[in-house]
Amino acid sequence: MSTPILELSGVHTHIGAYHILHGVDFAVPAGEVTMLLGRNGAGKTTTLRTIMGLWRVSQGDVRFQGQSLTALGTPEIAHQGIAYVPENMGIFTDLTVKENMVLAARSARNASELDTQRLEWIFGFFPALRKFWLYPAGKLSGGQKQMLAVARAICEPRALILIDEPSKGLAPSIIQNLVTAFNELKRQKTTILLVEQNFMMAKALGDSVAVMDDGRVVHRGAMRELAEDESLQQRLLGLSLGAHQ
Amino acid sequence: MSANTTAATSPAPGRPKPGEPPAGGRPPYSAGGGQQVPKAEFDWKPLLILLGLIVLALPAIGSPSSWLTLTAAGIAMGLIVFVIASGLTLVFGLMDVLNFGHGVFIALGAFVATSVMGGLSGWAGDNGAAQFASVFAAMAVAMAVAGAIGWAFERIIVRPVYGLHLKQILITMGGMIVGEEIIKVIWGPLQIALPLPDVLRGAWYLPLGNGDAAIEKYRVLAAVIGLGVFAAMGHVLARTKVGLLIRAGVQDREMVESLGYRVRRLFVGVFAVGSALAGLGGVMWGLYQQSVTPQIGAQVNVLIFIVIIIGGLGSTLGCFVGALLVGLMANYTGFLAPKVALFSNIGLMVAVLLWRPQGLYPVTNR
Repeated sequence: MSTPILELSGVHTHIGAYHILHGVDFAVPAGEVTMLLGRNGAGKTTTLRTIMGLWRVSQGDVRFQGQSLTALGTPEIAHQGIAYVPENMGIFTDLTVKENMVLAARSARNASELDTQRLEWIFGFFPALRKFWLYPAGKLSGGQKQMLAVARAICEPRALILIDEPSKGLAPSIIQNLVTAFNELKRQKTTILLVEQNFMMAKALGDSVAVMDDGRVVHRGAMRELAEDESLQQRLLGLSLGAHQ
Repeated sequence: MSANTTAATSPAPGRPKPGEPPAGGRPPYSAGGGQQVPKAEFDWKPLLILLGLIVLALPAIGSPSSWLTLTAAGIAMGLIVFVIASGLTLVFGLMDVLNFGHGVFIALGAFVATSVMGGLSGWAGDNGAAQFASVFAAMAVAMAVAGAIGWAFERIIVRPVYGLHLKQILITMGGMIVGEEIIKVIWGPLQIALPLPDVLRGAWYLPLGNGDAAIEKYRVLAAVIGLGVFAAMGHVLARTKVGLLIRAGVQDREMVESLGYRVRRLFVGVFAVGSALAGLGGVMWGLYQQSVTPQIGAQVNVLIFIVIIIGGLGSTLGCFVGALLVGLMANYTGFLAPKVALFSNIGLMVAVLLWRPQGLYPVTNR
């Protein structure tokens, strides 16, 4: 396993009066895809939001490239080189696809300053974004919005990409597009922390895995081992890969 | 949707890596590289109603010269009202803050203008250019003072009540009362004259029909400033990254922060600019009335809220069209039926809301 780029140690998070994370511990190795799995309500989304500073760490530490993030605000955390694709995609529906991309590219003041070669690379994965470049993002289909959300996260090089359930509610063909894009990012050694309920997608992409339950990490290891062990899947996730094939 | 199919079934093109030349050299900044892309249609109906009001007023008034005089006066009044309301529409439309204290920045701007123009009157003397300069100096100082006080107002009064509309109404109204009292302490409780300098007095006369249409000089200046403010707001919001950030921040503040931008700092700036525009509007309204009282803000507040409600609660274009409708209606009814003019704006608001309950150009995220 390569050196961790992100480490969570004993992270507790409270949302109002509710204690959601109860000492989360795991590490994300650099250049790999780490899957964060678990049942609904296990604390996966809260973990990503806590890393981004959208929820404050009430106890414990989140370290990125050796630096603690717990005292930083969300914009400062983003400036460390972390991109975030939330579960609701966070698309600015009143803005066009182009304007969404301009906002995601912090170094660009307008569309003419976007990195054309990188855009072409993105359009290779998501051709619909080229077609609907000047179209209000709110009018895109769910799959196209997800493509835009991912495209925003990769429109400039980032050290770590946090992605929350990208396959949720999407047709299998669109999911395949996303898997292709993530595999390409993986091939380029982009570090990704991916929350996913779709076990097939997790199996196709994951190098390592952390499984959460009730606000804690209950299993860490290689994704391949979990994919091959149906009893472990049954115990941790209440499913077996065989039943989903 | 066709694009769905495109995304799903198109054969995967060659995937160039960053650093490789673009595939086919096709620029990505065209809509679909020549493919048919549906476009959002612009809603012309409110503008047609504005035009229809102007056209229908001609036979009702009868005299073309009177009609032109009233139309020019109505457009100028509407543009002054737009400048006053533009600050509030920015703050409400973009930050979702119901600032009932907006009037205090209007009053502040007007009172600052009395001091600046009074102080410069000796220097300006009979020199037309200097008089002109003194008006712009008053506007600049009024904007600076109102903007600075607006910045403090946001930090002290508004910040604790973001997202709480009822508390916003109560606390900003309280802020306005306090502000009015402070104005009385500084400038006194009595009405102060704010006369137009000689260079802006009088009118140009255009022969039309059986008479002359009078176009007042100050109203032309006010209209030019109003159009300039509208153009500047449109440009900043639609064509700059700051405008994009503001529009995006209103929709999803968390996501804008997740992209690495400091939304709070941006919104403080928006509030200060909104207050500065109120200060500018105060100078223009004071010069229009040629007098200033500490209650000027509260008086104009009613008019502003009518314009904003007609416009669509936060839409800049809606505010612009609504202000013009209010200005024209006030002038036409003032000439045709003075008693009706007393409630013409309320009648206009009722008519617009019966037609479009969300206003002329509703803000989509509200």
